[in-house]
Amino acid sequence: MSAQSGKNGFELRKDLFADERDDNLNEIGKRIRRQDIEGHVTGRSPFYDDHLFDGLLHIRCVRSPHHHARIRRIDTSRAAGMDGVVRIVTGADVPVNLNTLLSLLDFGLDDEPVLSHAKVAYKGEPVAAVIAATEAQARAAAQAVQVDWEVLPHVLDVEEALKPGAPTVNETYPANAFVYHGKYDHQKLRYGDVDRALAEADHVVEGRYEMSPIEQAPIETCGAIAAQEQNGRYVCYTGTQALFFSLGTASKVLNLPSSRLHFIGGTVGGGFGGKVDSIHEPLAILGTMLTGRPCKSQWDREEEMQVGAPRGAERWYVTDGVMKDGRITARKFTGYFDSGAYTRLSSYAIIKGVGHLPGPYTIPNVYADVYCVYTNRTPATAMRGFGITGVDFAIEAHMDKVAERVGMNPVDLRILNAYRDGDMKAHRRVAKNCALVECCQVAAEKAGVRLSPDPLAATSMTGGGGPRGALPAHTATDENGRVEGFSSGSYAQKDGVSVQPVAASKAPAMATGQRAPGGGSTPPQGVSAPSPAPPAPVPSQPAAKKPARSGAMRFSSLSGFRRR
Amino acid sequence: MTRHTGRGFAAINYPIGMNLGGDPSQALVHSNPDGKFTVALSAIDLGQGMKSVTRQIAAETLGVPIADVYVDTADSDTGPHDMGSFASRGTHRMGNAVIEASLEARSVMLEAAAEELEVDAGDLVTDGQGNIHVRGAPSRSITTMAAAQAAQFKQGRTIAGRGIFLVPLSDVDPETGEMSPVTTFAHAALVVEVTVDDETGEVEVVDIQSAYEVGRALNPGLVEQQLRGGAWMGMSHAAWETTEPYYPARDHGPVDFNHYVMPGPGDLATHHISVLERPAEDGPYGGKGPGEMCANPVLPAVVNAVYDAVGVRIDALPVTPEKVLRGLQANGGARPRQAL
Repeated sequence: MSAQSGKNGFELRKDLFADERDDNLNEIGKRIRRQDIEGHVTGRSPFYDDHLFDGLLHIRCVRSPHHHARIRRIDTSRAAGMDGVVRIVTGADVPVNLNTLLSLLDFGLDDEPVLSHAKVAYKGEPVAAVIAATEAQARAAAQAVQVDWEVLPHVLDVEEALKPGAPTVNETYPANAFVYHGKYDHQKLRYGDVDRALAEADHVVEGRYEMSPIEQAPIETCGAIAAQEQNGRYVCYTGTQALFFSLGTASKVLNLPSSRLHFIGGTVGGGFGGKVDSIHEPLAILGTMLTGRPCKSQWDREEEMQVGAPRGAERWYVTDGVMKDGRITARKFTGYFDSGAYTRLSSYAIIKGVGHLPGPYTIPNVYADVYCVYTNRTPATAMRGFGITGVDFAIEAHMDKVAERVGMNPVDLRILNAYRDGDMKAHRRVAKNCALVECCQVAAEKAGVRLSPDPLAATSMTGGGGPRGALPAHTATDENGRVEGFSSGSYAQKDGVSVQPVAASKAPAMATGQRAPGGGSTPPQGVSAPSPAPPAPVPSQPAAKKPARSGAMRFSSLSGFRRR
Repeated sequence: MTRHTGRGFAAINYPIGMNLGGDPSQALVHSNPDGKFTVALSAIDLGQGMKSVTRQIAAETLGVPIADVYVDTADSDTGPHDMGSFASRGTHRMGNAVIEASLEARSVMLEAAAEELEVDAGDLVTDGQGNIHVRGAPSRSITTMAAAQAAQFKQGRTIAGRGIFLVPLSDVDPETGEMSPVTTFAHAALVVEVTVDDETGEVEVVDIQSAYEVGRALNPGLVEQQLRGGAWMGMSHAAWETTEPYYPARDHGPVDFNHYVMPGPGDLATHHISVLERPAEDGPYGGKGPGEMCANPVLPAVVNAVYDAVGVRIDALPVTPEKVLRGLQANGGARPRQAL
């Protein structure tokens, strides 16, 4: 069946697009050995976990056994007296115990504590961190921390979570959906008139698609090691794949200027998107601030798989309007990203996904409603293909059904509908530099799939533009999913204090014991934290001031999200 | 029992670079007095080859041999600001910042050489072998080392450069979703061949014939490693992996690699890769960044191939033997199509 079964192959098709390239370069285009390969293959490349300082302390978290529960009391007294325990950290010790990762990009409201103190919203959520001389001692003491839980009703399904009366997962977004532009409970894409085009189509093809959460599965689990440097600075060796994301996050939640932080990383044992979340760097540095000693925070494999944020699940409903000749005239999406208990990066991935619709095809009528939904599960985060992989699965599985319905070869169907240079895309920008047609042709040729004459002769440079490059004469818009009470910016106010959203229009009644978003007793609480047992050098207490917005870390303005 | 063979097709494009823009990367380049260059970055090498590809870009732009460039990355005291390696932004954003920084350093190097050769800097070219000479007159030359020495000890010039690459932030319209997500897209299409065992429900991916369009393969070895590994990850996502096998229920979550199963050496499909290069207008030397997109087409191609093999549509990933068997049961047995 396959032209080349039985062996791997690799070729550069220099014949294609040759007139668009200068191939006479010195270093570009060459198979040059990796700069760092010798260190890797001899086992000498330093990773963060190679920086094991003398006197290194180990941090292990106390985690929720429940999907959703209120914290009545955390009793650390027995654990604090156990062998090797130096300090037990709770939310009160974190200078700014509420954050959202994308605040560094000025996108979204602070909604997630570093260490939860009021309630937990997923199984595995950390509520305290034990710092001890050995990892085993830290684990034993973490087991001995007593938490008095009041178990709350939970919701795990994205569509259930959006129904009235569902438990509120994340108080910052009481209706369990991220609020886009301070206005809607989903991101819209409206291009042309999909309902009319569906009514006029020869065939309507519907589908429902879903992808379960997936682990990034790096060989090196996430972690960081911090130690005191001179002059009040802290060094942090980290496995982050986002150096200044992690530095900026630590700066914010620890209320330290970036000049007091020295982050070193750069060689990472696999990331795949799972090492952006900056969980360990603030914890390790906080541990060092509180104990005066080097501290390590690191997930074991179980935590990496069940507490570390996965690629989130997605559910997509797709409806296509198709003509007998295979032209797709309408495509409608309803999408649900399962963000888990907190936002992390899902809200942003949805924008990326919406800009990607309807896939690499020129379709004159496109519609999408995409929701970032909070459920009582481990927060989701980035993974290779973030925002795109799930919907590409939906689109391309759906294309197969469309091909079957109209009786076409599935490759012919793709080429017939493929976007070409000069076509207008649904996000209202003109396509250029396209190459889908050629990829389809090359793959089909290699696999011995016979194409019809027209698709075989097609190119990305021809057939596009003209009427295909024009915006639709009419686009149907609506105000569905309107949310009241959020500032139009959907971002925290300039002084760093979170906006307090009021309940959205379709928000269910909040559970008993209603608190301010994210817990009313957020920053700062470090003032009353007991001093650690005094090892030399004298540890510095985390500053317990209101966080200044460290402007250098952020954009001054993001008009896309803070309309003024 | 019967093992049925089927083939599935999928095609995708992929947005390259930080979505919506607004998140630039910076780079610094400087030379030692002997003409050896250091590139200082804060980008992360996840194994994808960040250090290597930026080293090639710097050497190409400076016009010096690859051995004369070393990339030092991810020390926040020395590397300028860069949010990180994600969103297919490494090569695209950082590559362009390295070009800008290298161009500035190169122009100082050529000025130093011009002063030594007593010619106009605009008439000088580099040969990429460590020499600078007058265009069309290779004998009127100076080594890059001699030019750097002269700059340091005689002329008092700093052979150094700064670079930043910013794509301005795009608005997103709340009503229509109008936006400028990214400036360029990579592409891929592939045919996957599977076998499906109608007794056990097991799916085996046996062959992949792919075409990936990457703008320019800046280092074909690094591109191949990404595509081969990424396609493996794609087949793993399609038919092996999940942290929640009964999503949305959270039961039976794996906690180690004995239960979180991925394809091992014996499960690997043969993969024949064709790379197409249509340079991106604003990509570094046209490069787009192949790393993220390469898994995506494999997932739908696998479910399409399962349908081709036994007539069962699996619309919820991953494809497990249980789902295949339930589908076969519902259909009253395998319905081989072999339509592709």
